[in-house]
Amino acid sequence: MLSPPQTSPLSRREAITRLAKVGLVLGSAGAIGKLAYDRGGMDLARGGSAPQTRDYRETYPPADLPQMAIARGAPGLELDPKAPLPAAAPDPASLVLRAITAMGGMKRFISNGDIVVVKPNIGWDRTPAHAANTNPLVVAEVVRLAYDAGAKTVVVTDASCNEPGRCFQRSGIWKAAYDVGADVVLPSEHRFRGMRLGGEVLHEWPVYKALVEADKVINVPVAKHHNLSKYTGAMKNWYGALGGRRNRLHQNIDVSIADLATFMRPTLTIIDATRVLMRNGPQGGNIADARDVHIVCASIDQVAADAWGCGLIGRKPEDMPYLAMGESRGLGTRNWKSLRVADA
Amino acid sequence: MIPERKLSSTKKAVFTSTSRLARALAAGKKRLGIGRPRSGSGLPARKSIVTLVWVRRFAQTFFFALFTWLLFETTFRGSFASSESSVRLPYAVEGFLLADPFVAAMTLLSTHTIYRGLAWSIAVLALTLVFGRVFCGWICPFGTLHHFTAWLFPSRYGKGTKRVESNKTHERRQRVKYYLMVGFLAAAATGSAIGGLFDPICVAVRAIGLGVIPAAQYVAGVAGQGAAASNIRPLQSASDVTQDFFAQAVWQPKQFYFHQTWLIVVLLAAILFLNRFVPRFWCRVLCPLGAFLGVFSRFALFGMEKDHAKCTDCNLCLVHCQGADSPQGGVKHRQDECHMCLNCESACPEDVIKFRFLPKRVSTTREPDLVRRTTLVTAAAGAIAIPASRIADVIDANYDKRVIRPPGSVEEREFLERCIRCAECMKVCPNNALHPAWFEAGIEGLWTPILIPRIGYCEHSCVLCGQVCPTGAIQKITEKQKQGIGQKPISIGTAFYDFGRCLPWAMSTPCIVCEEFCPTSPKAIWIEEVDVPKRSPHAQENGKEPLMEMVHVQRPHIDPSLCIGCGACEKVCPVQDAPAVYVTSIGETRSTTNVILLENTSYTSGKG
Repeated sequence: MLSPPQTSPLSRREAITRLAKVGLVLGSAGAIGKLAYDRGGMDLARGGSAPQTRDYRETYPPADLPQMAIARGAPGLELDPKAPLPAAAPDPASLVLRAITAMGGMKRFISNGDIVVVKPNIGWDRTPAHAANTNPLVVAEVVRLAYDAGAKTVVVTDASCNEPGRCFQRSGIWKAAYDVGADVVLPSEHRFRGMRLGGEVLHEWPVYKALVEADKVINVPVAKHHNLSKYTGAMKNWYGALGGRRNRLHQNIDVSIADLATFMRPTLTIIDATRVLMRNGPQGGNIADARDVHIVCASIDQVAADAWGCGLIGRKPEDMPYLAMGESRGLGTRNWKSLRVADA
Repeated sequence: MIPERKLSSTKKAVFTSTSRLARALAAGKKRLGIGRPRSGSGLPARKSIVTLVWVRRFAQTFFFALFTWLLFETTFRGSFASSESSVRLPYAVEGFLLADPFVAAMTLLSTHTIYRGLAWSIAVLALTLVFGRVFCGWICPFGTLHHFTAWLFPSRYGKGTKRVESNKTHERRQRVKYYLMVGFLAAAATGSAIGGLFDPICVAVRAIGLGVIPAAQYVAGVAGQGAAASNIRPLQSASDVTQDFFAQAVWQPKQFYFHQTWLIVVLLAAILFLNRFVPRFWCRVLCPLGAFLGVFSRFALFGMEKDHAKCTDCNLCLVHCQGADSPQGGVKHRQDECHMCLNCESACPEDVIKFRFLPKRVSTTREPDLVRRTTLVTAAAGAIAIPASRIADVIDANYDKRVIRPPGSVEEREFLERCIRCAECMKVCPNNALHPAWFEAGIEGLWTPILIPRIGYCEHSCVLCGQVCPTGAIQKITEKQKQGIGQKPISIGTAFYDFGRCLPWAMSTPCIVCEEFCPTSPKAIWIEEVDVPKRSPHAQENGKEPLMEMVHVQRPHIDPSLCIGCGACEKVCPVQDAPAVYVTSIGETRSTTNVILLENTSYTSGKG
């Protein structure tokens, strides 16, 4: 299009067009300014305040079924370090089966079509003999029982301390769980989501998405010594649900553990005490530090499970601050003997 | 005959798409020059040459894909192997470096040995002796990258005369690579494999492995966060699936960061950009491996014969010439510069260019055209560069505490004789612990591997860096040697506490994450149980000083005889910016002087 000759006056149409363009640009800038205006202030970034806790427990635990079941491979091993070992080591899988059967079977906890997350301890680059991670045979049996009870998918996952690929492989859990059909998920940054834990010291933390998007969660920790918290089992296993810089949790480890156990309340806790790390926990490294105990304990009360478990390394529940906090917060009881305990 | 209305709509669609495909194929053929009338006398190229040009394109694609895949696989992704089996990579991911004769020559001059897999480089040398520089034109992944880039961005100099001119031999420019090679070989002979800075395979692994791949992961991560924040379920799950795929097949679940890697990436971008002015600038002007193969291509049994009389100076041969090796009539062919891409013979419409075995060498120059004085000066410059760099206070005096070498590394002087800065160790390190040094190890140690524990620690049972090291700068140690099962463990440094920053020491606050992560057994970090006073942070109501209470803390200590310097303690220390426990290189097994303890001091065994 040719421009009009310079001599002719500006047409009305042209003038209006130009004015409209200026108005449009200015108006848009103003609108963006209005919409995107940042008032500043330190508190604006904070989200809501209601804690996003997860409670996967049975709604109505049957009154005729046990709240805790202990399957012992050989009597007396947990109390007396010098007690003779059984001639043939009992199969860890059979101990799991006995404990779960005594609890009323896996069908008590898992419905058809459930997405079940099994959370073992896969924290360390150690082999099963070191007893720093959950025994792979225990994990595999839990997965198998969950599938038999009708689970749609069973996810096995943990946020490891050492390099995850190595932890998952060398713990033996990757292969053992995969072989029974579990969906083994290695931690990756996109698998975490920021959540409001609403704890006393733990506020907003990245949490493993699998663990908060499940239908049922089964905690399968290994019972072992821990140099700072003295004993670690069920409640401290939730450290593996967190991403981010977990190293700061140790400054107030007992409250941190209680906060995590308040946030995550599993359907079932199965403590692997087939082999127990007695000292240099949590990662050990010397086979001589671990001892065969051949016990698997299942419980619907994670405080009670730990109250029982700390006895394995010679601790009393009264001496464990995080158990006291758990009890006072109503998470469970330290007096595990007061529960309906089945000797499986 | 089937009436047309009985044809189903799907069949119609198939028919239409077939004809569309045929048209597209025809268009493609036209673009590729198949079926297009040739200029000049229009003599068709030999079938064998046309086929070989296509074989070359497939070979280039294949080797580039192989290189990229091996680079992706230069990481530990875990496997279903048993708990007790040792962790190794299943493939020789450093294969391209093992086949690199320039690396073999440098390390032969510096160490007087050919380290293990480097013997494969003899195969590439043999290939060169038969076919000339086919490695450059057919195999080299970095060459292929330049070939592709020069084809993709020829914009300003890509057409007509300018393109022909840019592909003519440029003597002064193309000599540079020979001088670089001579200088680097001389430097190797005097004790430093510094030529790895310019070796094309090293450049490719370093720049793509430490720069391009982590950057791509970063961008993907940002996109993933965007998808996660969108709250659109299908987008979120699609993003998760994509991220999983990349985490398992291309990079690793964790975002990796590399110390000062920007220069490596900027240099790669600059080198690639130069293709805009001179096609394959890197290959023609800078590549010391190309020069090395150019020296040996004089013996090649396969080569070009030219019939100058038939040349009509149409210059079609120059349009796609890769090496700028004078394929045109009237001048001698430069066999040492030729990449054997065969484009010239394929393009020649007369009967001028013929590639064949045992050609008459009348129209061929086979040796690089060098100025003897410049060659001698560059050799001398290379030879004195190493001693000159060592009068700086980096090795013999004031050895930098940050030079923590990977486990299994040989003593520093021998390390510099062997390390070609290929970055394989940094790429494979599962904890992102190894990084290209900036000037910590002196100018001579640029981009050699150092461990930065604050970013990642050395995984106790991992020996992968030694597995992938092509030159033995990091030896192929076993887990037993590293962890010291039945022997003394390999130490790469020693940890120290900064008591002024340590929580139990300075702030009466429990912590000992360092002790928890210490992987040795017994632990190198031991604990002192103490009751210490701690002041309440609140003033009393009556305005008196805040109350004191006694708290129980565990104070960590280092046992230097047990510490292996892995840096796990430093990595996990919650004092984020300057950790309260940190590792320095002292006490490293490979040195007999960089030690603390009397019992580890020995002046009888070797240098250092």
